[in-house]
Amino acid sequence: MIEHRPIVTFVSHLVLIFGVAIIAFPIWITFVASTHEAARMVQIPLPLLPGDQFFNNLELTLFKGLEGAGAPPVGFMMVNSLIMAMMIAVGKIAISLISAFAIVYFKFPFRMGFFWMIFITLMLPVEVRILPTFEVVANLGMLNTYWGLSVPLIASATATFMFRQVFLTIPDELLEAARIDGAGPMRFFVDILVPLSRTNIAALFVILFIYGWNQYLWPLLVTTDQSMYTVVMGIKQMLEAAEQSPDWHQIMMTSLLAMFPPVFVVIFMQRLFVRGLTETEK
Amino acid sequence: MAEIHLNKVSKSYGDVAVLHDIDWHIRDGEFVVIVGPSGCGKSTLLRMIAGLEKITQGEASIGNRVVNDLEPAERDIAMVFQNYALYPHMSVYNNMAYGLKIKGVPKDEIERRVNRTAEILEIGDYLKRSPRQLSGGQRQRVAMGRAIVREPSVFLFDEPLSNLDAKLRVQMRLEIKKLQERLGITSVYVTHDQVEAMTLGHRLMVLNGGHVEQLGTPIELYERPATAFVAGFIGSPSMNFLDAKISEDGKEVEFPGGNTLSLAQDFSKHANRPVNVGMRPEHLHVDDSNAEKTSHTVDVVEHLGADTLVHGTFGNGGSDLTVRLSGIRTIGQGEVLPLSIDPKNMHLFDPDDGRRLEA
Repeated sequence: MIEHRPIVTFVSHLVLIFGVAIIAFPIWITFVASTHEAARMVQIPLPLLPGDQFFNNLELTLFKGLEGAGAPPVGFMMVNSLIMAMMIAVGKIAISLISAFAIVYFKFPFRMGFFWMIFITLMLPVEVRILPTFEVVANLGMLNTYWGLSVPLIASATATFMFRQVFLTIPDELLEAARIDGAGPMRFFVDILVPLSRTNIAALFVILFIYGWNQYLWPLLVTTDQSMYTVVMGIKQMLEAAEQSPDWHQIMMTSLLAMFPPVFVVIFMQRLFVRGLTETEK
Repeated sequence: MAEIHLNKVSKSYGDVAVLHDIDWHIRDGEFVVIVGPSGCGKSTLLRMIAGLEKITQGEASIGNRVVNDLEPAERDIAMVFQNYALYPHMSVYNNMAYGLKIKGVPKDEIERRVNRTAEILEIGDYLKRSPRQLSGGQRQRVAMGRAIVREPSVFLFDEPLSNLDAKLRVQMRLEIKKLQERLGITSVYVTHDQVEAMTLGHRLMVLNGGHVEQLGTPIELYERPATAFVAGFIGSPSMNFLDAKISEDGKEVEFPGGNTLSLAQDFSKHANRPVNVGMRPEHLHVDDSNAEKTSHTVDVVEHLGADTLVHGTFGNGGSDLTVRLSGIRTIGQGEVLPLSIDPKNMHLFDPDDGRRLEA
């Protein structure tokens, strides 16, 4: 629909601006709150313009943590979250790539059986298998470790399925050309398949990184040690800070910080992301 | 450099046999073409030589080495694919160098070989580009470069020109021929295009339904086709086939509709036998002295510039026949032409099994 009637342009812009405002306003409030002192945030009316405490609050939150509640500094939690999200994203991609490679390019008994077994795990997210998974992780002594945080979340049917579809679009002649060139299966995988799936890997990385970063329930279960807390669960802990009124300026600063890495990843990888989801030419 | 021996090579998928007992000895340095309609098994045969398909039965050897159980990379071959199969994420240089890298050829040697090959194929200017940035013809050259750079003992071509436009195809055809003559490497070329087959091959194998119809040089196939299939497949426009009968005395063929043409030899042992007569359009010509014996009622005339194609009915209510006359002729629809043909250009086939009949 390409029309050039001014009224249509006006209305469509109005709708879009309204939509953006609805989404952006809470984020703006978060930002404003993170720039004031704690005392200002409990007065009415709430401020709508930024204050001058941004860098103080940033330093306080990142390195000292919530004074009264004894919560660890957010800097720690950011690092934990980052490690967990990276392990989940990279682990998922690595495992899915390899299993899709096995399913598409090798003939072995019960090949489709295995494929469907992987597929069925779509119906079993962590929330469903939370007790047995916790049991396994606990028995393996992985509570309060990065492994415990990430490994149970790594298996991914979606990613395996996606890479399978990607591999199916790669022409057989490429495999044959590689065989004539003397490339063995692993060489073909590393030299041809992985580079050709580059954009898909990037797109998946964006999705999975955010998925990993936003994990809440699972980290809450397997971490009891404060040094292993992640940012997302950290925010919740701050709200429960004892008997005093919540330190909104720090909580909002933490939220802002928690939002930053996913936003950064999306902006930074936007081009690859779109190409990975739309590109069909191989 | 190598010879290729195929010894009773067969292929079947489960119960379905697609190639039956193919025997062929391809000489060192020879350029042979496997030609046939789609689905005749020609690509399968090539892929069996390449090692991309298992040989169900029989034996294939390259340079006195039985290769049935060797991986493609161990057979010392290079292959050019129909859709080029260039690695899309690698530069032209890396595409050509990839096989050598895997083989462990030293870097400076790779560079020397790639550059020399690029020079032969005139693709030196775009070694750094990716295949995506190249035109069809350029990609085709790169695909050939990738084959040449490996210095194999056998080249295999799987319909390499069929993705190119007509003009480029003619040009690349000529280049492939020159290149093969220059390098002198044994080559097997698969195509469904009989013109390509005729112009490129020292020898041709015509395949039909998994059986070899005929082996021979292009001229042999053109002049003495062993079966009606080969006769119809080779030559363009394709040969006319007419049902007819050999006369009582075995010296003429009689066509339905009253036309008769004389035979080169005495076919009296086949007297009165129904036959399938094949005549190439280019061998027929207008001959007023033959007006009593033949008539051709013109239906449609096509002017090609160099030639004129005259489609019509041979004899009174007889079969369709196309005549190719050289130059531009003014012939109107409904005109009746007397035709004749040099008797030695007339081919007789058994109407039942399509085999060539000899006197």
